[in-house]
Amino acid sequence: MCLAVPAKIKEVKSQSAVVDFGGVSKEISLGILDGVKRGDYVLVHAGFAIGKVGKAEAEDTLKLLYELREVSKQDLR
Amino acid sequence: MKVKAVTLMEVCGTHTMAIARSGIKKLLPDSVRLISGPGCPVCVTAQKDIDLAIAIAKEKDVIMATFGDMIRVPGTKESLYSIKAQGKDVRVVYSCLDALQIALANPEKKVVFMGVGFETTSPTVALTLIEAKRRRADNFFVLSNFKLIFPALAALAGSRKIEIDGFICPGHVSVITGSIPYEKIAKNYKVPCVITGFDDNDILQGIKLLIGQINSGEQKVEIAYKRAVKRSGNTKARNILKAVFRPADSEWRGLGIIKKSGLALRKEFRCFDAEREFKVNLPKPRKPKGCICGEVLQGISSPVDCRLFKKACTPQSPIGPCMVSSEGTCAAYYKYGA
Repeated sequence: MCLAVPAKIKEVKSQSAVVDFGGVSKEISLGILDGVKRGDYVLVHAGFAIGKVGKAEAEDTLKLLYELREVSKQDLR
Repeated sequence: MKVKAVTLMEVCGTHTMAIARSGIKKLLPDSVRLISGPGCPVCVTAQKDIDLAIAIAKEKDVIMATFGDMIRVPGTKESLYSIKAQGKDVRVVYSCLDALQIALANPEKKVVFMGVGFETTSPTVALTLIEAKRRRADNFFVLSNFKLIFPALAALAGSRKIEIDGFICPGHVSVITGSIPYEKIAKNYKVPCVITGFDDNDILQGIKLLIGQINSGEQKVEIAYKRAVKRSGNTKARNILKAVFRPADSEWRGLGIIKKSGLALRKEFRCFDAEREFKVNLPKPRKPKGCICGEVLQGISSPVDCRLFKKACTPQSPIGPCMVSSEGTCAAYYKYGA
């Protein structure tokens, strides 16, 4: 339940942002976190950015998500 | 030399699953025992609160929205899943904001969000309610079954039923709360606390820091998940939470009623309270016969002690909530072994 996944901020709107989860884009709310800018990495829980997270760890997880996506694409072929 | 055995409790359900998946338990020496705590929100929701959600979902013109794990939890007579199969409108949402969108798109219906979760989740619901007020969504309601983790930690640390030598503290709750609230727990109950991340290495580091404290006779709070958790946490999220909710007594499965361990809506937001809006009759809550989820949630018993485990109770036909939730201890033991 308290699962949170790191994502990279691609675009900041007024109260929301478009994020990249290793190749999948999604709009999330920035309503409970201040000071988010493009290029930041955030932890996303239930459609909300809840905290910023260090770049290195975020990139590790996002790389895994990207690999998973590529593998599932191959499975579909 | 005989080494004193230590018992460490992982509080968070996501940790329970990560530990089971990694096989860490099997690698640790016999002197280090890991037990699971009450950190699976679906699992700790009281039977009467599940019955209330089911009864409301059966009312006329109601759409019930909730998180995925919640719908299969058996109530006393039915589950949200079984009444959905009978034609009631029960929907799984990813975010509380999705439930508000459903309400805005269906003004002729009453949309109820069955909310469960800890400090990670409740601020997202608080913000959704501020948005609902702004957009005058008078057909949107919330069942507040949110829990606060610190009163439960204090109850467990002070319990005579179990001796806990250290807490592996929840990483994502702490992103919001910061580490300060743990300081009271560590000091008052003389129990080491380490806030831990969710990778295998994070968990091993958390265990190492706890053992270090135990060996040196210290009881303090350490953060082993510094890339995400700050001592001060997320102040904005906590302020939003405080504006909408106030602490209230709450019943936990297994732990009973713990003072000020839940969240009730403040006066200004009471119009969204589903409990006030719907007057329904509830069955007398009945615990499934033989189910020991209550004891498992306190770390007193292990799933393998349950005579239903892997026999009558499986993920396909769960009897207790700890087998339903993907973060439940019984589900973790079923999938990855004890």
